[in-house]
Amino acid sequence: MRIAEAWRVALDALSANRLRSMLTMLGVIIGVAAVVVLVAIGTGAKREVEQQVEGLGSNLLIVVPGRIDFGAAPAVSRLSLADVEAVNRIVGDPQRVAVTVTSGETVRAGTRSAFTTVQGVLETTPQVFVRDLDRGAYLTASDVDTSRRVAVLGATVATTLFGDREPVGQQVAIAGVRFRVVGVFAPLGQSLGVDRDDEVHIPVTAAHRLYGTQRIDGIAVKAPDREKISELGNRIVAELSRRHPDTEFSAVTQEQILGVLGDILGVLTGVLAAIAGISLLVGGVGVSNIMLVSVRERTREIGLRKAVGARPRDIAIQFLLEAVLLTVLGGVLGMALGVGAAWLISALSPVPAAVTWWSLALSFGVSAVVGIIFGVVPAQRAGRLDPVIALRAE
Amino acid sequence: MSRREAEPAPGGVRGGRPGVAVDAVDLGRTYDLGGTSVAALRGVSLTIAAGDYVAVVGPSGSGKSTLMHLLGGLDRPTSGRLAIGGRDVATLDAGELATLRNETIGFVFQSFHLLPRTSAVDNVALPLVYRGIGGRRRRTMAAAMLGRVGLGHRLDHRPNQLSGGEQQRVAIARALVTDPVLLLADEPTGNLDSVTGESVLGLLEDLNASSGVALVLVTHDREVAARARRQIVMRDGVVVPPADDPDTPTVVPAARGGPEIVDPAPSAEPRRASGSDSGHPFGGSGGATGATERRGEIPAAGKRCGGSIGAGPGGGS
Repeated sequence: MRIAEAWRVALDALSANRLRSMLTMLGVIIGVAAVVVLVAIGTGAKREVEQQVEGLGSNLLIVVPGRIDFGAAPAVSRLSLADVEAVNRIVGDPQRVAVTVTSGETVRAGTRSAFTTVQGVLETTPQVFVRDLDRGAYLTASDVDTSRRVAVLGATVATTLFGDREPVGQQVAIAGVRFRVVGVFAPLGQSLGVDRDDEVHIPVTAAHRLYGTQRIDGIAVKAPDREKISELGNRIVAELSRRHPDTEFSAVTQEQILGVLGDILGVLTGVLAAIAGISLLVGGVGVSNIMLVSVRERTREIGLRKAVGARPRDIAIQFLLEAVLLTVLGGVLGMALGVGAAWLISALSPVPAAVTWWSLALSFGVSAVVGIIFGVVPAQRAGRLDPVIALRAE
Repeated sequence: MSRREAEPAPGGVRGGRPGVAVDAVDLGRTYDLGGTSVAALRGVSLTIAAGDYVAVVGPSGSGKSTLMHLLGGLDRPTSGRLAIGGRDVATLDAGELATLRNETIGFVFQSFHLLPRTSAVDNVALPLVYRGIGGRRRRTMAAAMLGRVGLGHRLDHRPNQLSGGEQQRVAIARALVTDPVLLLADEPTGNLDSVTGESVLGLLEDLNASSGVALVLVTHDREVAARARRQIVMRDGVVVPPADDPDTPTVVPAARGGPEIVDPAPSAEPRRASGSDSGHPFGGSGGATGATERRGEIPAAGKRCGGSIGAGPGGGS
């Protein structure tokens, strides 16, 4: 029998049992779609995190107490502004050093309020990180030196508190203390469901007074060039360790953050893909099952085909093609469903989903292979049927 | 239509000689049923010549279906030698045997065995698919064959749109579209009313006469069998002489064999007759040839009911 003929016969057989074929395919469709969607989500998350970390600025070195590791508990910071001075001396240029002390606070303006992240920072922040202003100006050195109660609002906070009104020059109350708005950040947008515009910057000195603490949560350094980053990091960590012998410090670069995050998200994507792969496997078992039913049901037809000259191979190929057709059609529909679902998820939820060509190719290939693997046993069984017994079957 | 001819020709020509469709020597077929082996055929020899017209008759379980499966290459003998179209089936693997069926044999079944949801022309073309013939040529050949069986106007009808007689004609067209050497028809009129059956039978005979295909007709029907050029009568896995026929009233042997059996229930006789092999080896040899012992018992068992004896086993076959 010619192969084109066999395809036609397989297609006829499937369309003769349309509902059953569809239900069988559904298992494969769901499996393939799940692989595509979950890999897309994993890939999208990874890509977004990468963009975000790279978007912070170049040649960044982040120094924090504790160890930056997968699963490490956050450490309580013992850093203070005196430590920042020490870091300044090592770096040699205070303009390249930024700090943060962070707290969640309620910010009010008139009757409106917002619970947001309030960061105490130095005036150097825009030189270290990429952070553009939409209106007004950023904090100044004198603001920091005099603990002036001025604030720069993130875009979301500004909108929540002031709506369409101009925030710059207005008063806000942070934890009950009055601050004057001097600037508004340009919006950064959301990432991974976190609103990056939901924050307020105030001078670190004002923050210390407001929170009643002297602590610094983290120090960021912009290295003069790429090659010096790790050496600079080592020197800073050594100095801080000398000043706080009982505390561990870590200096991480963007590459290291990306590496850690990439590992985490890679594992996550792998787990998701494996779970989806299981559903694809289950779909394959469904195909195998239905093919066995089909062989049994069409035993008489097999007997007749054999009587008129079909070789065992002809019959086996016919049923194998049927199984492959089921899974390949299911695979194509599953890819379409997966791409559509990924697009919907991107459009309607904060989860970024990026469909990758390799996940499409992989799931399609896997579904075709599943069809062959799970079709072989029923096909061989069909091919080996004794024509005499097959003809007699009811 | 001489009954004498029904005795198969063990001494006939065999091997790959032209003019011989099937040649069987001492065919045996034993089935293994859960440890016990059951012999369905025990030594059948026969030759079917090209263009022959043979009826195979016998009761259920006589082995005639098994014989047909062997002759058609659907099954293999467990003993003896079988050559189909000059080829020894023992030398062929399953695929080669399938190809041999495709090239040499046409099957017509009692239940038609047409593919549902498939047009008449596609049903007829099915054997050509396995011959690797292209779609257009297949259709031409199948349509021509349907024309020969009188269904040229029903090419695209599906089986459920056709009458029983028409369906069997489609099946006949399918059997003959490959121009086989041997046409095996298993109870071809069994599912048809007598008028339709008659016309189907007539068609088979016409095709046998006109195309030279050997026709082997497996049937219960004595009248149908009687139309064949010769008959092969099967009983318990062997070929028996045709004159030793339960339809032939055998009053005298019955009277002779009688005394040994005391049976108060005449109505049970037919069944008893077929089950009592060992009872009366020579009881009723009077039939015609005495070639088979079993045959003789039938009249023996029926000692008390004279004329009705023959009808019993005959009806049961």
